[in-house]
Amino acid sequence: MVATHHYLILAAALFTIGVIGVLTRRNILVILMSIELMMNAVNINLIAFSNHLQQVTGQIFAIFVITVAAAEAAVGLGIVIAMFKNKETMNINEIDLMKW
Amino acid sequence: MLELTLFYIFATVAIVSAILVIIQKNVVHSAVFLAATLLSVAGIFLTLHAEFLAGVQVIVYVGGILVLFVFVIMLIALERSLFERQYNRQWLIALATAGILIVEFGWILFRGKDSFVLPPAVAQTALPGAVGNSQQVGTALYLNYLLPFEIASILLLVAIVGAVVLAKRKTQAE
Repeated sequence: MVATHHYLILAAALFTIGVIGVLTRRNILVILMSIELMMNAVNINLIAFSNHLQQVTGQIFAIFVITVAAAEAAVGLGIVIAMFKNKETMNINEIDLMKW
Repeated sequence: MLELTLFYIFATVAIVSAILVIIQKNVVHSAVFLAATLLSVAGIFLTLHAEFLAGVQVIVYVGGILVLFVFVIMLIALERSLFERQYNRQWLIALATAGILIVEFGWILFRGKDSFVLPPAVAQTALPGAVGNSQQVGTALYLNYLLPFEIASILLLVAIVGAVVLAKRKTQAE
């Protein structure tokens, strides 16, 4: 049996990589992928604690996180397509209509 | 011992391909490495005895979300974006935030087990007649979490309608 803190460290690493991806990349598709990475890190944490405490609640929460991730991906990619039709770009620096 | 070996294999694949996701220039390569990350996270779920979640991870993430990503990449991928600058100019904020996170992470890694205050682990009870993981999840989902489950279905419906409205072509009448 693997100790729980192994999973927590793995999840922290994945979450850090996701945050760095969101903050540094300019391609909006890669940013959405980084968000998926962060959600996966959260799921690992939830299921690690579900295993640690032998309660199934964490897995239920992980199912809801996956549901929200699916909804987020569908709406996010819809926005990307609509944005691309208007501005012909995937670069977030050129989407500056509401920038102050 | 086998579980620990499997864990290290899956964790290494997950982290290396997650790093490759965010440093690849080509979006298609990012998507491929994201698939590798998601599949190894499914393997991690298996080492945690969450077999149902591992299946859901493969079906929903790799089979659904990732395929959606690849479709969008095929629809709108720009050759031009390969030759542009890949990283944005707010590097100072990014460096500061990433630096804080990395220092925090390194501190956790340095202290190892002591950095977590966990309640004592509950021993696993593997009785011969014990119910399987899918049955446990299903029972909890349909008995204790029925209302959140229904709300999640409404959320998915709204997401479908929203995606269609956002991505549909403008008709002549508009």
